[in-house]
Formats: sequence, structure tokens, C-alpha cells
Amino acid sequence: MNNDFKATIGIECHVQLKTKSKLFSAASNDAREAKPNTLVNHIDFGLPGALPVFNKEALKLATKAAIALKTKPQKFSTFDRKHYFYPDLPMGYQITQYDQPIIIGGRVEFKLNDELKTVGITRAHMEADAGKSTHPTGSDYSLVDLNRAGTPLLEIVSEPDMHSAAEAKAYVKELYLLMRYAEVTEGDLYHGNMRFDVNVSVSKNQELGTRTETKNLNSFRSVEKAIEYEIKRQIELINNGQKVIQETRGWNEAKQKTVAQRSKENADDYRYMPDPDLPPIVIDDAYIADIEISMPIAPDEWRQRLGDIGLDSSQTETLLEANVDFATAKYLDLIQQYEADKKKARSLANLLVNVDIPYLKEHVIADLNRKLLYDSVLSLINQDRLSSTNAKELIQRCLTAGLPQNIEKFAEEKGLLQKSDKNELSQIIDGIINDNIKAVEDVRKGEQKAVGYLIGQVMAKTKGQANPGLARKILEEKIAKL
Amino acid sequence: MNIWKPIVEIAQDVRTGKTTASQLVDKSLKLINDYSEYQAIIVTLEGNAKHRGAVIDRMVSEGKDPGLLAGVPFIAKDNFLVFGSDTTAASNILKGFKAPYQATAINRLEEAGAICVAKANLDAFAHGASTENSDFFFTKNPHDKTRVPGGSSGGSAAAVALGLAPFALGTDTGGSIRQPSSFCGVFGLKPTYGLVSRSGVVAMGSSLDCIGPITASVEDAAIVLDVISGTDEFDSTTIVKDERGYIVEPSDLNGVKVGMVKEYMTEGVNKEVRAAVTKMANDLKEKGAEVVEVSLPSADLALACYYIICPAEVSSNLSRYDGLRYGYHVEDSKSLHQSYVQNRGHGFGKEAKRRIMIGTYVLSSGYYDAYYKKAQVVRTKIINEFQTIFNKVDFLLGPVAPTTAFKIGENIDDPLAMYLVDVMTVAASLAGVPAASLPIGTDSNNLPIGLQIMANQRKDRELLSLSKALEEIVG
Repeated sequence: MNNDFKATIGIECHVQLKTKSKLFSAASNDAREAKPNTLVNHIDFGLPGALPVFNKEALKLATKAAIALKTKPQKFSTFDRKHYFYPDLPMGYQITQYDQPIIIGGRVEFKLNDELKTVGITRAHMEADAGKSTHPTGSDYSLVDLNRAGTPLLEIVSEPDMHSAAEAKAYVKELYLLMRYAEVTEGDLYHGNMRFDVNVSVSKNQELGTRTETKNLNSFRSVEKAIEYEIKRQIELINNGQKVIQETRGWNEAKQKTVAQRSKENADDYRYMPDPDLPPIVIDDAYIADIEISMPIAPDEWRQRLGDIGLDSSQTETLLEANVDFATAKYLDLIQQYEADKKKARSLANLLVNVDIPYLKEHVIADLNRKLLYDSVLSLINQDRLSSTNAKELIQRCLTAGLPQNIEKFAEEKGLLQKSDKNELSQIIDGIINDNIKAVEDVRKGEQKAVGYLIGQVMAKTKGQANPGLARKILEEKIAKL
Repeated sequence: MNIWKPIVEIAQDVRTGKTTASQLVDKSLKLINDYSEYQAIIVTLEGNAKHRGAVIDRMVSEGKDPGLLAGVPFIAKDNFLVFGSDTTAASNILKGFKAPYQATAINRLEEAGAICVAKANLDAFAHGASTENSDFFFTKNPHDKTRVPGGSSGGSAAAVALGLAPFALGTDTGGSIRQPSSFCGVFGLKPTYGLVSRSGVVAMGSSLDCIGPITASVEDAAIVLDVISGTDEFDSTTIVKDERGYIVEPSDLNGVKVGMVKEYMTEGVNKEVRAAVTKMANDLKEKGAEVVEVSLPSADLALACYYIICPAEVSSNLSRYDGLRYGYHVEDSKSLHQSYVQNRGHGFGKEAKRRIMIGTYVLSSGYYDAYYKKAQVVRTKIINEFQTIFNKVDFLLGPVAPTTAFKIGENIDDPLAMYLVDVMTVAASLAGVPAASLPIGTDSNNLPIGLQIMANQRKDRELLSLSKALEEIVG
């Protein structure tokens, strides 16, 4: 990259709020499995005389978002109409917040290469999503599904505080965690629960360059790649004596490049006006305080607590992400139950980070009670009866097939437990000493290799079930006494 | 022309078995047919109404109480959605549209036992003051067939004046209940903004639209308002009804403070209309009321303000009529853009298009501040002026319209002249205060003259009480 240029990046993020019903109607908000146009009532369909009724749950979630963004919601905010014609916009206008949004200000803090970064939040507003249009290739018609019409969104607009693709990626990742941990959104990126629009410009001096907006990115990686591509493209244009055109661009995932969609020079006139059907939203301190005290634990508090257990930042971040990506696993709930015993909690976290999470990412797993599983696993490890290798296998077997009736018995049957019974091992070792006089002699002469050989014999005899540390200790004691 | 008993008595007759709901429905349907030359009605709901009549009669025979309005037939302006029936708002773009849900006001009337028998004509989408803007046909004034009934609730007012049903529902955005009531010689009430749910009523100017009764008497209007008013979960702008209800006795005029709006009694208002209003003021004084002249300094700005805010909201509210999901649709469009142009271009009438264009203009960037925003400032000023006045007086009196009913065709090619008809009704709409039109006499052509009575926000009960006292004076 050309070092003379400085990139400036701002990001708009549409967060789908996880309300039961839509922003202005009682129709269900969960369109993932529904057949087209089945979650639509007279309001979403834009019938004559239908009036929007504001969903108070959305206000609660927006308030949580404000707190997660380290600010408070505005006590007075309003809804406006944004007009344009399109078949997936039944009323001919989108209800949004233009002049007086629910959130003004706030910030997102995150670490990038151990350096603390802060990105300011300009504003965030609630708005109703449009429906979904599809244009089957080769056909002379388009299809409209209004299931998504009226879905509540919170559009979070950042300040242009970012200067690299890596920084932008870290920002969207942190924003994702904040919204997930505040329980504002389901955060299902695949279903577009969070969509990002990135504004990018480059400049050689203090003045900002012409920016482009690449819309509808739905993964952290595509945010990073689209920005990398845009920065490179814009620098090349300028170096070739050309101008960057202010325009909306899209991201072509297959080609890994941004493509021009429409110029912004003839800016659309949305004819915003206050929506007379919706009275202003007025909230007071008590309303905010009620929500503040019921806020779930934020990512930063978890970072603090996991650090106190003794996890490094890489382990911590893996757990933070997995905890929301695989919400049913309830990883942090599990760790929380062991938090009093830091050593135990750390062992558990290690198993989760090294075994459970990687396995979960690659396999379909059974529905199981992890508390029962890890209670047994940690206890067996603590008794020196389960090696780390065998612990991995035991956990994987349980994740695949579900919990057996009796975990310890199951482990034993599968030959996963170590022989740590001193008497039993002592007898076996006596036999080994008798059968290997030469090797014993070598040990007595100080040949350490011979110790390894004898331990190997013990392991072979016990089919790998002996605790190697214990076996060595017994063997050395016996030879010394000879 | 009043061939119906007071609503209370009709309902009482049904409950006591003196008459049946079915007979009342038949009577109303026959009258609608007999007076069809006035073209007050767009469609009758014969099947539904007869069925409802039978249901109510069965309730009575089983000893159940069908409610305060048991078996009372009524007519709804055709911008109310009545379940299963055509709802056109007198526009071609909604021709053939059948309502899949029902307006809250209709629900409440039905719950009280009333029966909707027909849908009345109006200016398409309620845009107008003469019902001549109906995309279907004109309605004739019951007092003179060559004249308009006023508008936009012209069909409703004419229907009540003709006695087609005991009452009708209208909507009033800038005078659309009051002015036709005045022209047809019936009582019309625009309640406080928000007192009656707008859910299920085709929107015109959402911050102005009010729903109210048109009746033969103040008492009838009070009962209807009592039934339809109050908060509604489907309209966030609704307000609670007066806990005492709206069924009232005439107020004691002694000591009542009444203001005559100076700006509404100028040369621009027809002499006979002014004389009738002045006579009412004098009668009031005789009964012990304190009558003073008051000023609404921004009265002359109200019309301009209204014709910015209202079209702005109209242009927005009419956006949904694109012919893609329901309503008028041209089949052979070659592109999406052409489809919009054809559906809306052919579906909307002249006046709707005019208001869409004005509204789109005043909301456009670059013009928003100069027009829409300024109009909002003026609106606030008007609201404040009303508050100042209502600190001094309890009610305001004045004419409803500058003239009595004008000739069909007289203003049809002059939209500005037609807008001027609203000059004395729009201020109350902008301020959201309740206002009524009470018939107080006739002019030399035997055409009715209406008195406009206004009160402060949420003083609908007091307004009705005063109207009742004035009605007694008129006799």
C-alpha cells in the first residue's frame, strides 16, 4: 500500500432487533423459516386506513444498545417518513428516525494489536425494514416477499474514526459482540441480522477525499476485504490521475471486488417529514435506570473475569465469540459456575478452547448437559485418572453421542482411564523388573534411556492405561532399593 | 324531512319489541332507493345489513341487550373500511376494493347494535368542498337539486338531511363534516383531534383527520360520539374520552362566555350568513351569556398553512396506492416505472394529482424549509392563539362557510375558489379543537345556514351541551 495516503473509514450497521413482533405491527418478526408473505398483516401490507403502532419492546432493545454503546438513549425522539417508490415498500415510505434519533453519541472500544482504540458513534436510529425483492434470472417478473417488511432495525452510524481494514474489522466484531451480549439482536449474520455499509475515502493531506459507500456486507471478513479493495482501488485511481466518484458500490463475494451500483450525484430526494401517525417517544430516567440494572454482562466485564481466572487474551476472545456463536452451549455460564476455584475454572476453559469449541465448529453435536460432562471430566483429571489425550477423546465421544448413563463407567469401558492404583501398578512393575534385569542394571549405571524403555514396557503391559508419572515414580523407588 | 325518531327512542323501540331491527333496515334501504336521484349513496350493504338486523332481532327475542344503538341504521362515508364491503373513497384507484378489516368506529357502532346500511359519496379521498370531486358522480343538495351538498362528506350530510338513515359518519380534515352539514341543514361535529380512532379510515391528512357524526339533532350526535370515542390500540394518536361521557343536558347560558371571531365576520362573508350569526349572538346575550368580540390574528394565514400541511400529508398518504397489491392496475405495463405511471396516472383524479404535486413540492429538499417547516411554525402560532382566546372565553362562534350552498359547477374549474370555501373551518382543524355546525336558519333562497361553534381541546362535552342549548333557541 502507498504510505503517502491515509484512509478514512466510517461504518453504518443495520442491526435487526430481536423483538417478537414487527416494529409497527403484531405480525411475527421471525421470518427465517416462514413461507413468503405469511407474516404480513394490514399494517405491513399498507392497506388503506392501516396505522402503525410502535412496538415498545424495540424501544427497550434500543435502550440496551445505547447502554452497550456507553451512552444513554435520548429522552425525546421522533419518527419520520422517508419516501420512495418500490414494490417491497408497501406504504411508499419507510418509517425511520431522521431529525431526532433514539441515540446520539456513544463509543465502541476495542483492542487491536494490544493497542486500545476508540470509535465514536454519531447516532443510531430505529427504522422499519423493507420487504425482499427477487428477480429470477431470465424471467419477466419480480417476486416480493413482505415477511421482512416492518422488521425493526437499529442503524448505528459510526464516526469516520477508522483508518485501516483491520481496524474496521475489529470495530464490527466488537460491535457485534456488544449487541449480542446486550441481547439486542439474534445477530445471525447469515440471515442478515447485521449488515454493514462501509464509507471509504483516501487522502494525502488533512482534507478528506471523495468517499464511496459499499453496501450490504454481511460478514466481518467481507468488511475487511471490501475496505482493503476500496483503499487500493482509490489510491490507484488517484495515482493514475483519475478521480474517485462519489457512488454506492456493492461487494462481489466471488470476485472479491467492489462494483459500482449507482452514482450519488443525482441524490434521491426522500421528502422526509414527521410521521403524524406516531407520537414522539418520551422516556424518563426511571425507564433507563430499570433497563440499566437488568443489563446482561458486557464483553468487557467478561474479559476482566476471564483474565482473573488466568486466561490469555486469545483464549478469552475465542470464548467470547463462541459463547454467542454457539449460544446453546452456554460456555460462559459454565465457566461462571467454576469461577470460585480459579485453577479448576482455568482447566475447564482450556478444555473448552482446545477441545469443545474446535470440535463444535466442525461437527454436528448432540444436545447434552455440559455441566455434568465437565464435572466428571475435571474430577477424573484431578484424580490423575484421565490424561489430557484421553480427556479430549472422552469429550468428543460425548459431544457426538450424548452423555452416557455413567460417564466414569463409560470412560473405563472405553479404556480411557489411567491405572493410578499404586498396588496394582507396583505388582506390574515388579514383574517388569524381573523380566528386564539387563535394563535395570543399565538404569543403576545411570543410563536414563533405560528408564524410558522400562516405562514403555509398563505402558505396553497396561495397554496404555497406566499413569506414566506414577509408574516412573514407583519404578525409580524400586530400582533404588534393589 | 326528518322521518326518524331520536336515536335513543329508536333503540328503545327495538329493545322493547315495538319495532324490529329488520324493519328499520328495510325502511332505510327503501328510502335510499326512493331518493336515489340525489346520488348520496355509492353502495348499499343490503345483504350484510339484513343479516345484522336479523341477528339483533334474535338477541332481543332471546332477552339479550343489543346495546345503546340497538338496530339503528346508519350510513358511513365511503372512506370508512366496513368489513367485506366496497371501500372506494369515491376514487377510481380503489374501485372494487373490498375491505378485509374494519374501522374501529364501525366496530364500536356495531358492538352497540347499530347497522351500517350504505356507504355515502364524497370528494375522492375527501379532497374537496362540494362532493363534485367524486370520481363517480355528483351528489345533489336535498334543499335544491341544482346545488352542491358541500363536501367532502356531502353524501353523508345529504343522506341525513334526506332522512335515509338516522345518522351518518363523516370525516373532517379541514371542514369536511361542518361545511356539508351547514349546506344541508343538519348537525355535524368534528370532535377534538384524536378523540375518535382513525384506524380503518382512508387517510387524508393524518395530523388533521377527525371522525365524527352527522345527525338530525345534537342529542343524536352526542350518543354516537359517546359510542365511538376513546383510546384505541390501533391508533396511537387517540386520547381518552371524557369520563362523564358525551350524553349531556343543555348548558345554562347564564354567564357563559362566548367569543365572536372578528376575522370571520368580514365583508367576505355573505350578508345573510353574517346576519343569522349575529342574531344568534344577540339571542345568547338575552339569555344571559357574555358575548365579546375576540381576535384570531393568524386567521388569514390558516388557509395557506392548511394547504401546505394537508397536501404534504396527502402526498405521503397516497403513496401506498400503487396498484401493485390492490386497487386499479393496468395489466400491460412494460416496466415497473410504467406500471406506477399508468396505475397512478389513470387511477387518481385531477384533484388528488393536484394535491400530490403540491405536497411533493413543499416536501422537496430546498422547499421544505420555505413551505412545510414555515407552515408548521404558523400552525403552532394558531394553536397558541386559540389557547390565548380560550383563556378568556369558553366558546367561539362564527359562520361555517362564507356562503350557503353554491350551484353545481360554480367553482369546479377554479380550485382556488373551492379552497377558499374552507377559510373559516381550517383553523379549528389545525388547532385540533372540537367544532360543530348547527343549523340556525335559512337564507332568502331557503338554503340552510350553519353556525360554527368551537371549544377548547377535549371540551367536546361542553361543546355539545352548548349546542343543545342553542338548538333549543333556534327551535
